Amino acid sequence: MTGQLKWFAGGILLGAAFLFAVALVKPIGVSTQFVIADGMVWNLFSDTLVQEDPGSKTGYSSPNAYLDKSGGKYAKNIANPVNYSFIFVLAMVAGAFISSRLGGPKPDRQDRKAPQVWRQRFGEDPLFRYVTVFFAGVLVLFGARLAGGCTSGHMMSGMMQTSLSGYLFALGAFAAAVPTAILVYKRN
Amino acid sequence: MNIVLAIILGVFFGFALQRVGANNPQNIINMLRLKDLHLMKAIFFAIGMSSSLLFLLMTFGVIDSGHLSVKSSYVGVIVGGALLGIGFAIAGYCPGTSLTAIADGRKDALFFIGGGLLGALLYTLVYGSIKETWLFDQIAGGKVMLATGSEKFEPLLPMIPGTLLAASIGVVFMLIAWKLPEKV
Repeated sequence: MTGQLKWFAGGILLGAAFLFAVALVKPIGVSTQFVIADGMVWNLFSDTLVQEDPGSKTGYSSPNAYLDKSGGKYAKNIANPVNYSFIFVLAMVAGAFISSRLGGPKPDRQDRKAPQVWRQRFGEDPLFRYVTVFFAGVLVLFGARLAGGCTSGHMMSGMMQTSLSGYLFALGAFAAAVPTAILVYKRN
Repeated sequence: MNIVLAIILGVFFGFALQRVGANNPQNIINMLRLKDLHLMKAIFFAIGMSSSLLFLLMTFGVIDSGHLSVKSSYVGVIVGGALLGIGFAIAGYCPGTSLTAIADGRKDALFFIGGGLLGALLYTLVYGSIKETWLFDQIAGGKVMLATGSEKFEPLLPMIPGTLLAASIGVVFMLIAWKLPEKV
């Protein structure tokens, strides 16, 4: 697709993003923010989900075991939407938009509904694509939270730091992803 | 200040993902069915380069090793990684690229994000009942890295100088990136 960088230039740009992030603040991660976004919505309808708690490490706690984990770290971020990690993820979307405007690759109308490889295999009806991708999204974020990170946090940031968990994650992910992709889309 | 950095670094990362073609599920799916290794080459190079430079710059005191944040190793990392891998292969999106794909106007990404929010919610609800199970059995002591270089996290290979080890792995990754064929 025109506008897309070659692997070498693209790799340098991507590597620089991960390096700058750890140099200036901390390693990049994304998937936690899906939990934070859920929590922010849930918190609108609940008076008890996130509570100020001087006894906890972060000053917040939650009756939900996951949001209460690590001294109420997630509960704190839910109560304070303007925090580094959440704003970072929102800014990613802005960055992608800027790139798209400044000559980055642009998908056509068909590609915006489903990639070509999908259409060749499953036809033009976007509804089947949307439903399938919805359930794939459920699986991906459930898996990412069980693993404690996703492609950004575990694989890229993790392997950059020579973290054992990064290699284990990459192993699990690619051992499942490659056979699945070949099974679903075939080699030819 | 932290929020300003969040905006600058987030914009940079989103820009990079869009420009390298990671937003495009076609590229992800073709990478995973081993047809087009363009993204695989970029990813290997990015990890190799950033890892080598990170450890070199920490040695020279340019980067504070206190910024490292190593995640715990436990059985669920592999199981969760595999679940993610299945969805990743079918959709061609990972959590980060589904978000940046909105900027391309990709409608299927919106459905992926909707599913993702549901998946994250389901996990939030079940965590309390699975947290004591074998899924959270630690591997090799939990928060460990291969190389030395951090005060906080234990190295698995303390006998090798950390910078040498990380730079060597990094160079191997960059060589893999260079040697892998683009199209198969």
